[in-house]
Amino acid sequence: MPALLEVRDLAVHYADGHGGPVVAVDELSLDVPPGEVVGLLGESGCGKSTLLLAILGLLPRSARVVNGSIRFRGRELLGLGEPELRGVRGAEVSIIFQDPALALNPVRRIGSQVAEVVQAHRRWSGRRCRDEALSMLAEVGFPDPVRIHDSYPHELSGGQRQRVVIAQALACRPALVLADEPTASLDSTTQAEVRGLLGALQRRLGLAMLVVSHDLGALATLARRVLVMYAGRLVEAGDSARVFGDPLHPYSRGLLQALPRAPEPGSSRERRVPSPIPGSSPDLARLPAGCAFEPRCADRLPACVDRPPRETRPADGRQVRCFKYGG
Amino acid sequence: MEAEPPLFRVWGLTKRYSGRERRGAPTVEALAGIDLEVTRGSDLALVGQSGSGKSTLARCLARLDEPTSGRVLFEGMDLRELRGPRLLRFRERVQLILQDSATALDPRLTAAAIVSEPLEVLGRGDRRERGRQARELMESVGIPAAWAARRPFELSGGQRQRLAIARALAVQPELLILDEAFAGLDASIQAQIATLLQELQARHGLTYLYVSHDLSLMALLADEVAIMFEGRIVERGDVGRIFTEPRHPHTRALIAAVASLPAPSAPPAS
Repeated sequence: MPALLEVRDLAVHYADGHGGPVVAVDELSLDVPPGEVVGLLGESGCGKSTLLLAILGLLPRSARVVNGSIRFRGRELLGLGEPELRGVRGAEVSIIFQDPALALNPVRRIGSQVAEVVQAHRRWSGRRCRDEALSMLAEVGFPDPVRIHDSYPHELSGGQRQRVVIAQALACRPALVLADEPTASLDSTTQAEVRGLLGALQRRLGLAMLVVSHDLGALATLARRVLVMYAGRLVEAGDSARVFGDPLHPYSRGLLQALPRAPEPGSSRERRVPSPIPGSSPDLARLPAGCAFEPRCADRLPACVDRPPRETRPADGRQVRCFKYGG
Repeated sequence: MEAEPPLFRVWGLTKRYSGRERRGAPTVEALAGIDLEVTRGSDLALVGQSGSGKSTLARCLARLDEPTSGRVLFEGMDLRELRGPRLLRFRERVQLILQDSATALDPRLTAAAIVSEPLEVLGRGDRRERGRQARELMESVGIPAAWAARRPFELSGGQRQRLAIARALAVQPELLILDEAFAGLDASIQAQIATLLQELQARHGLTYLYVSHDLSLMALLADEVAIMFEGRIVERGDVGRIFTEPRHPHTRALIAAVASLPAPSAPPAS
C-alpha cells in the first residue's frame, strides 16, 4: 500500500544572525502508511517540531524549506497556497500539541472550540456542529459531554484539557494525526490514561499517526515503527520492538541507557543511576563536517570526522546512519 | 553514639486554602495532617499527582507558606518563631529549585550575575571575589566559566537548570528542595543532572528533598519515597521495596502508570 505521508530528502533551514543558517532538518525521509503509528524519538532541539510544522505548512517566516518533498495521498504539500493548505490542515491532517493549556482559548467555552473545527471545514448548521462536538467529547471518553461542552478550560484538569485537544484534532475525522509530545505536560498517571486513549482511538478510527516524543515508554506502547532523530537527521529507523530491544546507533543506545528503570529491592542508588551521554547536542548552526554525534560517541572511528555517514540497511526493515554499519 | 537529630521534624501539619465564600468555592485541604522526618544526608522523594499536596508541603518546609496547624522543626527550631538573622540563616541553609528554570532566572542578568546575586544580597565578599566564586560555581556544575556573560535565553534547558543549581549552591546550603526540577528535560539531560547532584552530594554532604509526580524518575534519584495522596503521606519506604511490594492502592496506581519498554524481542503492543 502506498504511504499516506511521504517525506523525501527534506531540508529546513532557519535564518540566523551569526553567519551560517541553522540546519534544523536535513536529508530526512520518512513514510507513514495508512492506519499505522510511527514514532519519532529525539531530544529538544533535534528538529522534530520543525518537521511537524513543515508538514502542516506552519513554519515561521524565518524558516525555509531548501530541499525535498512532502506528499500527502500523493499530493505535494510544499508550495501549496494558504487556501489549499487550509483544506488539508485540521480536516485531513491534524496536530495535537504538547501543552493543552496553550492550545485552548481561555475565555471561550470548550464546546465552541471543538465545534469551530467542524465549522471551518463543513457546511453544516450551527446545531449540527454542536452535536458533532458533543459526540466527539463523548468519543474521547468524557462521561458527561454536556457539562464539559459548557465548561471553560480553567475548570478542567490538565488531562481533561488534553482530551479536549484530542477531540478537536479528531473532529473532522482526519486520516493522519501528528502528535507533538502529547503526554509531556501531564502527571504520570494521566500520561498513562492519555496514552491508552490515543491507542484506543487510533485502532477504533484506523488513524495514521506520527507521534513525536522523548518518552520512550509512550512510543513503545503506541508505535509499530520508530525513527530516531539527532541533530536534524534520522540516525536510526526500524520496528519499535527491535530498535528498543537492540538499538544499533550509538546515540539510540545512549538514550536507552539514560532512561530511569524500576529498581531492584535493596539495590544501591549508584548502580541505578544510568550513564548519561557525555556532552550536549551540537549547535545546529555550526555542525561538524563529519557525523554530528561523533564528539559524544564512545564508538567513534577515524572516518567519522570526514563526512556525515550515509544511510545503510544492515538488516531487513532497519536503517541506520553510522560508519560502524558501512555508512 | 547518640543518633543525630533529624534535619526536619514535622508533626500534624495541615494547610487549608479557604475558598471565596461569596462564590460558594469550597475550602481546599491541601495538607490533611503530615508527620515526617528528614534525616541529614538522605535523599527523600515526595511523589504524588497534581493536587496531592506535595508542593504545599515543600513550601511549608521552606517557610514560603504558613501551615494552618501543626509544627515544623528545623534542627529543633520552630519555623514559626524564626525571625531576623536566624530566619536569614535558615534561608541560606534551605534552598529551593523549581521546575521551570526559564522563569526562575532573571532574563536580563548574565549567568555570572545570576549565580553571584545571593552572595551580593548577603553581603559576602567584594565584587571581584563574588565574580570569582560565581565562575567557580558555574564550572562545578559543568557550565564553562567562559559563558559567564551569557544570558538565560542563550542556554539550553539543561544548562539553565545547572545554573539554577549553581545559584542555590552559592550560599552553601545543607538541604536542597527540588520541586519538579527535572520536568521538561530530556532523559539524557535528566541523567546528567542526576549524576551532577550525586557528585555534589558526595562533595558537600547535601541533603536532598525531591518533589515529583514521576515515580520512575524518583527511583533513580532517591533512596526513600513518600507517596502523597489527598494531602496525606499514604506510604513511605525504601525505593526498591515500594516498587516490589507497594502497599497502598495509590502507590500501585502510580507504578502501573510507568510506561515500560518492551523486553528485547517482545512484539510491540498494538
